[in-house]
Amino acid sequence: MTRVRRWLPGLLLVTPSIIAIAVFVYGMLGWNFRLAMTDRHDEISEGSFVGLENFVTLWDQKRWGISVNHAVVFTVVFVFGALALGWLLAFLMEKGIKGEGTFRAVYLFPMAISFVATGVVWRWLMNSGQDERAVGLNRLFDSLGLDFLQWEWFRNPDWGMAAMAIPAIWQMSGYVMALFLAGFRGVPEDLREAARVDGCTEWQVYRHIVLPLLRPVTLSALIILGHISLKVFDLIVAVSGKQIITDVPAVFMWVAVFDSHDPAKGATIAAYIVLAVSVFVIPYLVWTLRKERRP
Amino acid sequence: MRRRWMAAVAVTVAGLLTLTACGDGGGAAQSPQADGKKKVEVFSWWTGPGEADGLKAMKEIFEKQNPGLTFFDAAVAGGSGDKARALLATKLQADTPPDTFQGHAGAELQGYIKAGDLEPVNSLYDELKLKDVFPQQLIDQISVQGQIYSVPVNIHRSNVMWFNPAVLKEAGVTEVPATIETFVAALEKVKKTGKVPLSIGSEWTMVHLLESVLLGSLGTDAYNKLWTAGSDWSGPAMTKALNDFKTILSYAGDPADDWQPAAKQVADGQAAFTIMGDWAYGYFHNPPDGGLGKKSKTDFDWAPSPGTGGTFMWLSDSFTLPKGAPNRDGALAWLKVAASKEGQDAFNPKKGSIPARKDADTSLYTDYLADALKDWGSNKLAGSIQHGVVVNDAWRVAINEAVGLFHTDKDVAALQASLAEAAKNSGQ
Repeated sequence: MTRVRRWLPGLLLVTPSIIAIAVFVYGMLGWNFRLAMTDRHDEISEGSFVGLENFVTLWDQKRWGISVNHAVVFTVVFVFGALALGWLLAFLMEKGIKGEGTFRAVYLFPMAISFVATGVVWRWLMNSGQDERAVGLNRLFDSLGLDFLQWEWFRNPDWGMAAMAIPAIWQMSGYVMALFLAGFRGVPEDLREAARVDGCTEWQVYRHIVLPLLRPVTLSALIILGHISLKVFDLIVAVSGKQIITDVPAVFMWVAVFDSHDPAKGATIAAYIVLAVSVFVIPYLVWTLRKERRP
Repeated sequence: MRRRWMAAVAVTVAGLLTLTACGDGGGAAQSPQADGKKKVEVFSWWTGPGEADGLKAMKEIFEKQNPGLTFFDAAVAGGSGDKARALLATKLQADTPPDTFQGHAGAELQGYIKAGDLEPVNSLYDELKLKDVFPQQLIDQISVQGQIYSVPVNIHRSNVMWFNPAVLKEAGVTEVPATIETFVAALEKVKKTGKVPLSIGSEWTMVHLLESVLLGSLGTDAYNKLWTAGSDWSGPAMTKALNDFKTILSYAGDPADDWQPAAKQVADGQAAFTIMGDWAYGYFHNPPDGGLGKKSKTDFDWAPSPGTGGTFMWLSDSFTLPKGAPNRDGALAWLKVAASKEGQDAFNPKKGSIPARKDADTSLYTDYLADALKDWGSNKLAGSIQHGVVVNDAWRVAINEAVGLFHTDKDVAALQASLAEAAKNSGQ
């Protein structure tokens, strides 16, 4: 009886979430994968099992290649941009400046805003109009006499997705800063002191002591940013809508499901997004599990 | 110990209650109102200035004529109805349709028809003798195997060329271009002045331009044939039309965010032309706070898009009768108001469109709308691509995709191939 008393309340407490997650996350995931393996290409037919056919034929579509390409460019620029900027901010604050709390709040604040709101503002900032038609950043450059900096932003066919990553970097680098700042603070002062006693320069302290100890933080940040990036949807739609020039898999999925009314194709794209995200998340889970098992 | 037990149970129950509450959150909103009047849920995407006012005017007529019914506005914001249609799709799949919903008349409704979501309204057409008051060509173009599934409440024109007379004068263009050749010549002249010859917006506005160029280059009969079994997407006439499209697009400025900023470039004298549907008239003409407050004929002017004089490329907002509507009688009452002369004349002057009925009160429609009403009664008709008249959703998406790819690679042969492919796969 006492034993039951010990575990039953806890179990009751978590049961609703276990059930909800089982149905609404894993159940839906399974249902999605099953749908992706049928030929249900309109909303009426039942669809029969076709195996991995949809997964293969998707690659014949030019648009899919473009959207994957865009997602990769976006991910690379966004993840490295946010990591670098976040690290730099944390590095600058680590030395303990006046009013650190204020700065922390200021840098962290963008994360409190939704991507949609960010997108609406940056849509205006990154308007591609130039010279007399310029608004936003182009207008700023124009009035400062820095005309050569005026640019097409996200409408540039080659570098548009890199421009699209700028608002995302703006939004997430404060969060990365917070992670790194915690990491920096977690490095015991004794270690640094010991290194200095051994004759290390301040640079060498960072190079050989602090940076290696930041590796776990970097990995967490990489994973958090990576999975946000691969499934990015709201930011893109808020900035440019559903256009090929900024197409990413998640937007393509919306178009396939709600505009072309092709559930199987939408489910296939969704499955690819889940797989891509799991490439990031699974190694992380394995890694954390292992670390927790260690005494 | 006991207290912890109680707390755990309380939290669990609260959790379960929240879950169930999520489950039928939508149902709660639909429950009948306490005052005994039956509710009619009208689903649309009319929330902007003008259109929402028009809807309100129809609502007043509806509630006056049907004292036992109340109008429930289930409008979902978003200009082109993207979000509204996504929500509608989920509602229809869950078999909880609104009593009536807005859709573009024509092939866009085909998905709903095939899925068995709509009831035909032929009996309503017979009862109200609507076949006598709507143009025959309109009835033909919205019929699916002899059945009609919607009641058009308004008509918009898609093939309108808007231009800035002052910019044309400055460039030495004396005559409004009426053919594609003269249009290209005019674009060239404007280009020399340093102004933007043709302003465009986001990707869909290029498809909008394409439909006008196709109509102008192919001619009305060949254009209308594209949507039938005898379509010819691979022939030389189509190649020429697509080359015209490429030429015209080469004079376009940087794409603006959407059609409004593109139209504003024309109103502000930065650009000479833009090709956009006649909803642009309201934007040009309405007082600031929704419009630009410009004077028609002096600040901006209009003509049929090049090569399409004498043809009215139309699109229409219409209301439907979903199967299993909770309040079918209420929905029918709404459709009657939407079809009536009184309802259409209340709605359209506010929304900035013309009534689909031929017997409308012409004194209500002035300036551009008077022009449009005159043309609607006398011109040949063609249906819009981008606004869902001639192609179903999947086909429209495929065309949009082809044009989006074309915008980056400018490859006419690839565009023609993918358009032909899209026509073949359309299942229409």
